[in-house]
This record gives sequence, C-alpha cells and structure tokens, in this order.
Amino acid sequence: MPEIRNYTLNFGPQHPSAHGVLRLVLELDGETVVRSDPHIGLLHRGTEKLAEFKPYNQSIGYMDRLDYVSMMSNEHAYVMSIEKMLGVEVPERAQYIRVMFDEITRVLNHLMWLGAHALDIGAMTVFLYAFREREDLMDCYEAVSGARMHATYYRPGGVYRDLPDTMSKYQESDWHSGKKLDKLNETREGSLLEFIEAFTERFPGYIDEYETLLTDNRIWKQRTVDIGIVSPERALQLGFTGPMLRGSGIAWDLRKKQPYEVYDKMDFDIPVGKTGDCYDRYLVRIAEMRESNKIIKQCVKWLKENDGPVMSSDNKVAPPSREDAKSNMEALIHHFKLFTEGYSIPASEAYAAVEHPKGEFGIYMVSDGANKPYRMKVRAPGFPHLASLDEMVKGHMIADVVSIIGTQDIVFGEIDR
Amino acid sequence: MKQSVLDLQTRVNEVLGDILVSSDIALDELTIELPADEAFAGLQKCRDELGFEQLIDLCGVDYLDYGKANWETMGAANSGFSRGVFDFAEDESEEGHLEMERRFAVVYHLLSIQNNVRLRVKVYPVNTQMPVVDSVIDVWSVANWFEREAFDLLGILFQGHPDLRRILTDYGFVGHPLRKDFPLTGHVEMRYDADKGRVVYEPVSIENRVNVPRVIRHTSPAKAQ
Repeated sequence: MPEIRNYTLNFGPQHPSAHGVLRLVLELDGETVVRSDPHIGLLHRGTEKLAEFKPYNQSIGYMDRLDYVSMMSNEHAYVMSIEKMLGVEVPERAQYIRVMFDEITRVLNHLMWLGAHALDIGAMTVFLYAFREREDLMDCYEAVSGARMHATYYRPGGVYRDLPDTMSKYQESDWHSGKKLDKLNETREGSLLEFIEAFTERFPGYIDEYETLLTDNRIWKQRTVDIGIVSPERALQLGFTGPMLRGSGIAWDLRKKQPYEVYDKMDFDIPVGKTGDCYDRYLVRIAEMRESNKIIKQCVKWLKENDGPVMSSDNKVAPPSREDAKSNMEALIHHFKLFTEGYSIPASEAYAAVEHPKGEFGIYMVSDGANKPYRMKVRAPGFPHLASLDEMVKGHMIADVVSIIGTQDIVFGEIDR
Repeated sequence: MKQSVLDLQTRVNEVLGDILVSSDIALDELTIELPADEAFAGLQKCRDELGFEQLIDLCGVDYLDYGKANWETMGAANSGFSRGVFDFAEDESEEGHLEMERRFAVVYHLLSIQNNVRLRVKVYPVNTQMPVVDSVIDVWSVANWFEREAFDLLGILFQGHPDLRRILTDYGFVGHPLRKDFPLTGHVEMRYDADKGRVVYEPVSIENRVNVPRVIRHTSPAKAQ
C-alpha cells in the first residue's frame, strides 16, 4: 500500500484573496485543511518604534496608515489617549463631528469588506456597487481634510477645522456632460452636511440592493452558512471584538457599554448573530451599516442646528488661529512652541479604546513627561482575529479558507503595524 | 473618580490581596502589579474569580530610557542649550544594562464583559538578557500571538508557550527592535545585488537624525494655564 502523506501548500503572500500580504502555510489532507500557519509581518513598518521618536502630533498621520480602510477611527483612539492623559476637553461640536465621521468610516470599511468578501467568493457585482458609494464618502473625507484617505483630521482637542460650506463638484469632461453631469452634481450644490444628508436618504436603498444580490443568494449561502463557526465561549477566549464577537451572539459594543464622545446621546441598536458562522457575521455587518446610517442622520441634524468651536481653546495643545498668531505675541509664541517642540504630557499611562469597524482598537500610551511617547502600543482588532484562523479553518475545505479570511475583515496595515 | 473602579479595587484586594505588590488608580484606570513568580496564578484568579474573560492586550515595555531627555532645560539658563541631537542607543554600551532592576514590564489589559470593567496588570520579570515570564496561554488562548509579538519585539521569553517564534520581523532577523538600546535605523539594510543576482544584507549606511529633541517639561500644559 502506498504511503499517504499530508500535502503542504503555500498560500500567498501574493494572492488576490489574501487581502494584502498574508502568507499561509496550509497542511492539507486531500482538500481538507489540517493545520494553517499564518506568516505575518510582511507589511511591518515599525509604527510603534517610529512614534517613540516623534512629537505626539506628528504620529497622527501614521494612524491613518494602520488600518487603511478605516482611517479616522484609528486617529480617534490615538487622540483620545492623548486627551485622556492631558485632561483636555473636546468641544461638543467637535464630538458630534467625530461621531459622524466615525460612522462614515464604519460604512466605508464595511463597504470595502462587503465588496472584497463577495469578490473572493465569486460575486463581482457587489464590489462595483460598493465602490460607487465609497466614492461619495471619500469625497466627504476630501471635503474636510483635503485627502481622500489619509485624513489626519482628528487632533488632540478637537478636529482640524469646521465642516466646509461647499462641496466639490464634477467638472464637464468627455465622460460627464449635460444631463448626466447635472445628475451627478445634484446633491453637491449645498454644504457638506446637505450632501451627507442626501447620502443618508439614499443609502438604505443601496443596502437593499446589496441584500438583493447576496442575502438569499444560493451560492452565497452555500459558501458562508455554517462556515467558520465560533462559539461565544471560544470567541471570548480568542480575544474577538466587534462584529466577530457580535456574530457569535454576544451583545458587546463599546459605543453602548463604555460610551465615548456623544454616543450616549445617539439612538441605535446593536445587531447580534446567532450561530457565529460567516453568514451571521455578514448579516451583522449589513445591519451595522443601517445603524451607522441612523447615527449619521442624528449627527447631521444636530450639527445643522448648533454652531460652536471645533477645537479646544487651550493653546498649549491646540494651535492659535492664524489671525491671532499674526497680531498677538503670546499666540505667536504658542504657535512656535507647538510646531517645533510640541507639548509634553505628564508622566502617566493610559489606555483608550474605540469601537473601530473591525472591533476594539486601543492605544496604550506610556509617557515619562516628554514631548514624545515613551511607549505606544497599538491594540489592533485584526491581530487576534487572524490568530484564530488556525482554529477556524481546521476541518474545512481549502476553498473555505478564503471565506474565513474574508469574514475576519483582515487588513494588514493594522495587523503588521 | 468612578465608583465602578473603586469597587473593582476593593474586589481585587479581596481576591489577590496576599500576592498584590501595588494597586493604583490613575485616570480612572486601575493598575495592579503582580510578582513575576505568582503572575500566572494571579491572572488565572482574575479570569475565574474576578470575571475577566477577555485578555484585550498583552505587551512589553522597556523602561531603560525612562525619564531621559536629549535636552536639559533646567540648567540651560547658565550654559545655553546643547544641540540635543544624539541618539541614546548609540550612546550606550552593548553590555545589556543588567544593573537596572526593573527594566522590563509585561502589561496585560483585561476586560470583563459581565462586569463592564477594565484592569491593567503589570509584571516585572527579573532583568536578565532574556527576561522570563510564565505564559498565560492556558488562561486566554489569545495570548499565543501577543506573547510571540512581545518576544519578537522585546525579547521577553514566555515559559510554557508551545511555539515561541518571531512574528512581525523578517525571517532571520537579529535583535529585538522595541528595546530602547536598538537604534531606530536598525543594524542592517537590504538591497538587490545585480551581480550576485540576489538580495544582500549590509550594515546600515544612514545615520539616525533627531529632528525634534526629546524634552521633558515638568509642568503639564493643563496645569500651566
């Protein structure tokens, strides 16, 4: 009788469904996965080490590049840890802007996840649909920060600047002209808030479109139902947070349980799954997009009715206005000190976490009283999720590995740091 | 100060009282310290008796350069400021700094979902070139990769870990990059050598540059107002 040995397969690091640079060493018995060993670190840039050598404000831009599909949520945890240690108060309007953009970011992230996950499993259309809406939301990013992705918009003490009164419009070109152009610019005539409001009006319809394509789709269900089941007990043991934990039926959401900014004033629900398989996590994320849409609406309403500062007036942390810096000596000194040396944080340590689209994103910051962090640790939600891959794929077919990588919402920017 | 944190402190004192080294509340966060040889038992009690079913984060901290600044601001009135552009890592010998007693710390961030509280546990292993702590992989499975990361970046060994390999750095990497005596530029650089037809590693050619000196101010911005 011939000896039968397990087959070892190298998956990635360059593979379209590896979601970046994941190298998996899979041990196969026929088509069944016996063991999987993820090799990560191919995108390691040493963010934590770099941050130790820079004044606090100069590392905000690095945060965008951690989880590069939910940029502002990363910044949020970082500035929150600094604000906690300094005891800086954030103006209410800035808190509403942050919550609104956190939710816009969540929708951006979930759309990216939905498109990529569906594409991996073989549904091309959803990807194109999802990117249509991402375009509008990235225009919102651009309107407030000037950058479509790496915004650096949140600053300790508030946000960089107030929401703009105008929205960028499509120009006449060979592709867009006449009625088509007017249609594209229809919602862009007013302010950013009006644009976002119009988006929240049409977005639930778009989610219905995605659901029509997937929720009852036979192929989709065959590929996701009962794949990668995680029990609630194991989910806690494996350090799951966010939709991965809620998919297993545990109603835990930092926005509700440990509310930060103005989340306690928002009306929204926490969707939870039942069986903890890939399909449940899909339903949870879809429901989360609807909830985010609700929160964005409430923020837009408040922001339209209320005005106020968007940055702390504490000039030891937040820069003075341009006008002040040119007419007032003290403001000029503040400006100079802030942009050369930065501010020092009293010797202390703090952990600040936000409900990031992928789970709990936390920053553990240690300061020894200097103008640079002594140690900064990024608690990335994807890291424990990917660590559980071996357990989740064991006993499944090799094609299910792709479904499970997809359902974990893996982004290597945050895992490798 | 939040009542829930005070309540937690009382509970922690009850359960871990005999092995607790310290317990402090700062910024509404409770930090406790456990002795290295009792850490495993203490953490297990945290899970079983205090209800911390999740290990949110595990990381190492190297306290070698704690409180050191590039610029001495207090004495500068008499002598003027120095250039303040050196890197501590270049300045120090490679001996291993064994004279410092509490150099490394392993920091555990725990979360209790049933009680909705957080706890930070610190453990200071005995300072050797390779400090050792007991692995908590049997308490929380998630510790597996977190411990591999702490080993990779700071060279802390976890006794009882089944597979303590490097995780984030390159295959064949030498050193532990988050240690304070590891320079920001690293030790080697990599390029493709066309003659040899392969990638080669060479000692770094760039110098570490300090753009903004590290300054410690003893007045906090909030208090200065």
